Amino acid sequence: MRTSLDAEQLKNDIVARIEELSGENVYACYQCGRCSAGCPGIEAMDLLPNQVIRLLQMGQVDEVLRCKTIWACASCFTCESRCPKGVDLTRIMEAVRQIILRQNIDHAKLAELPDEMIEDLPQAALVSGFRKLTS
Amino acid sequence: MRIPYYPGCTVKTTAKNLEESALASAAALGIELEELERWNCCGVVACLAGDNLMEQLAPIRNLIRVQEQGADRVVTMCSLCYGTLKAANALFRRDEEKREKINQFMYEEPDYEGGVEVLHLLEVLRDEIGFDTIAARVGEGLAGLRIAPYYGCLLLRPRELGLDDPEDPHILEDLMESVGADVIVDPYRTECCGSYQTVSNIDLVAERTRRIVGSAVRRGADIIVTSCPVCHFNLDRRQRDVLRIDREFSGLPVLYFTQVLAFALDLPESVMHFDLHEIDPRPVLESKARTAGVSE
Repeated sequence: MRTSLDAEQLKNDIVARIEELSGENVYACYQCGRCSAGCPGIEAMDLLPNQVIRLLQMGQVDEVLRCKTIWACASCFTCESRCPKGVDLTRIMEAVRQIILRQNIDHAKLAELPDEMIEDLPQAALVSGFRKLTS
Repeated sequence: MRIPYYPGCTVKTTAKNLEESALASAAALGIELEELERWNCCGVVACLAGDNLMEQLAPIRNLIRVQEQGADRVVTMCSLCYGTLKAANALFRRDEEKREKINQFMYEEPDYEGGVEVLHLLEVLRDEIGFDTIAARVGEGLAGLRIAPYYGCLLLRPRELGLDDPEDPHILEDLMESVGADVIVDPYRTECCGSYQTVSNIDLVAERTRRIVGSAVRRGADIIVTSCPVCHFNLDRRQRDVLRIDREFSGLPVLYFTQVLAFALDLPESVMHFDLHEIDPRPVLESKARTAGVSE
């Protein structure tokens, strides 16, 4: 019997939205794992970066939307520069964060930062941190 | 030679040690960095989602300011500003539809077509002044000072925007060699310091700093050199947080490449602002470097 595997059947609206926001094709990834091998945020992650993209390939978006990994990503583009398939995982991580942030669910609260930390941090860290972690 | 210069928010505040040492060094080497009029914050990072054009306005406005002056290039010394300005510029050059949309939205501004070249100060030092010229000027310079260059992310990545090979860069090494220093090529030099995670996840950044600085210590470095104010904060100031997780940790001073250059050029200590550092670089500079750069 002929068996046919079809990625389109696994693709749901959220995966399609992630591809649209990121401009990336999640199905191009062949799971070599170079993104995870080089990722500097790995110790604060629950899913490996290559697992995030694998779950998206399989349409399992719930696990991706509630993972810590997307918030530990520092947008350092190490995965982007090493991917042999030209998949920009940095943009995919951003797209997943955007899906959550656009529901006005923030991941950091400026009001909770102690005053001495605000005094201490360089402006560039404050601006980039709150741009990436809040809506 | 005069080149328009974009400072950015951090260089004007917590990273005066970067700005003043850069301006003084460039001037000593015959380049006047002329601060752009009416510049605004570049936004530091822009949203990577393709439908968010709002966060491209701030960097593009700055490039319009450059265009208004009749200039075709702008130099910055902050890796984050460099990345953001260059990314917006690349988008304008690549995507006609988005370019038109943003130009129409900013109807009060003249149209921008992507004609300005965004340069990092390192590129000006290499291509306009030349590392050979710097070497000839500095002489024996900093012989004996062991320097581990640290790139971080945005000088090198994303691939489309980096100023050197993302896996095997050499521009900082070449510059440090030109001032006579002993260069240590550290395997952590291209690894991210944790960047903006320093706002919400100090432990993650402390662990990055422990590894990056620890590697340079093991290789015998006297100092680490960087170009980014967030890398500088994370690698220097967060050494205090590393001590919470590793009591055996012994740190290193972290300097901007411009401070090393200013020191090698024998410029006054007032432009280096060593008082802004968590780990004071003066003892090691005074004991290791042959030049009596610290004269004040």
